[in-house]
Amino acid sequence: MTYVFQFGIVFDRFPELLEGALLTIRLAAMALVLGLIVAVTCAYLRMSGPKPLRVLVGAYVEGIRNTPFLVQLYIIFFSLPGMGIRMDANQAALVGMVINFGAYATEIVRAGVQSVPAGQIEVGLALGLKRLQIYRFIVLFPAIKAVFPALASQFILLLLGSSVVSAISANELTAIANTLQSTTFRAFEVYIVVTLMYLAIAVAFRGLFAALYWCVFVRGRER
Amino acid sequence: MRLFGLNDFLFILSATRWTILLSLLAFALGGLLGAVIAVLRISRFSAVRLAAASYVQLFQGTPLLMQLFLIYYGLSLFGLRLDAWTAVTIAYTIYAAAFLGDIWRGCIQAIPKEQWEASRALALGYAHQLFLVIMPQAVRIAIPPTVGFLVQLVKATAVASIIGFVELTRAGQLMTNATFQPMIVYPIVAVLYLSLCWPLSVWAQHLEKRFRVENVMGRRK
Repeated sequence: MTYVFQFGIVFDRFPELLEGALLTIRLAAMALVLGLIVAVTCAYLRMSGPKPLRVLVGAYVEGIRNTPFLVQLYIIFFSLPGMGIRMDANQAALVGMVINFGAYATEIVRAGVQSVPAGQIEVGLALGLKRLQIYRFIVLFPAIKAVFPALASQFILLLLGSSVVSAISANELTAIANTLQSTTFRAFEVYIVVTLMYLAIAVAFRGLFAALYWCVFVRGRER
Repeated sequence: MRLFGLNDFLFILSATRWTILLSLLAFALGGLLGAVIAVLRISRFSAVRLAAASYVQLFQGTPLLMQLFLIYYGLSLFGLRLDAWTAVTIAYTIYAAAFLGDIWRGCIQAIPKEQWEASRALALGYAHQLFLVIMPQAVRIAIPPTVGFLVQLVKATAVASIIGFVELTRAGQLMTNATFQPMIVYPIVAVLYLSLCWPLSVWAQHLEKRFRVENVMGRRK
């Protein structure tokens, strides 16, 4: 073996990588919030909405869950402009991530809602609450609690999967790594460092979710 | 400019076989490695358990694209000249093993402890306990989530197009470059993936439902 590792070059350009990592985190966090809004809405529509909407949401969920994220990105970034919908790469990446995460999270939230005992819903009906009020005030909180770990791991999958948005030239962590690789020719060093950065971000988010779960669902109940 | 015609469609359609082949190859090889990982994760030695758990953590905690880059570009630096097929097969085998190993460990651990104790009482050795008593029961539980993972694996093969491996997605890209009609090409690619994955998804759901029914019936006895 004659190859000599040179990590110095990578660390000289570390600020650029950090900037890319920041965009990755920002994209993922925004997709999480917007995707959850989509999911909570779609889960409600899929269970209690009018029939055509129920079918439509079902088609959305199954369509997204059975096609690759990369192809969804290509459709958003390359196909939609033909219909007059244009956006830059970072916007397309965010839209793709929201649509993708929203579909998976819809199924997860639905499973959570179905785990809420029927008696609780009947209590809501007995109190004269409307369907939407029951969903909002009675069902949603325990439902999210029940599926919180599943949502967290789905988010980690989204975060790691977001590295493919570099393929539509969004300039997040992987894209920066590609640029660095092509200017320094230190592929192995660059990708090892970036892989470890992804690992660190994933581990940090897992810790954050564990803390969030404790704060919202464990401590909040004691008070 | 060339219009998108039947030949272009046939080109994309025929590239589907590479997607299927890569998925099957990764599933078979990844399944073998994954079975080893699953068994190592329930080992009696904590060092072995830790090593297997680290493997799963490492490959589930990093992007598949990075794993591909590292294997494809990285290993060539060490004088290992890998052709695209070898590199991609290695990467997807490692990836599938991490997920399958984790799924199957869960299935093995879902078997009640009494089964271990009972077989121990019958003086079976560890290997006999594992392969004659625990595994046959665990395999039944494992089938639905394994089929579910197969869907994930088929979709994951799309990422290989980024390093230039020609499969369904890459064929779509090539045809877009030739015909400049992404509006037609990419929806076709998506529909082809859907026709691969949708039946598998439905099958997985069906298996899961059937298993749940059997489980409830079994408990009533």
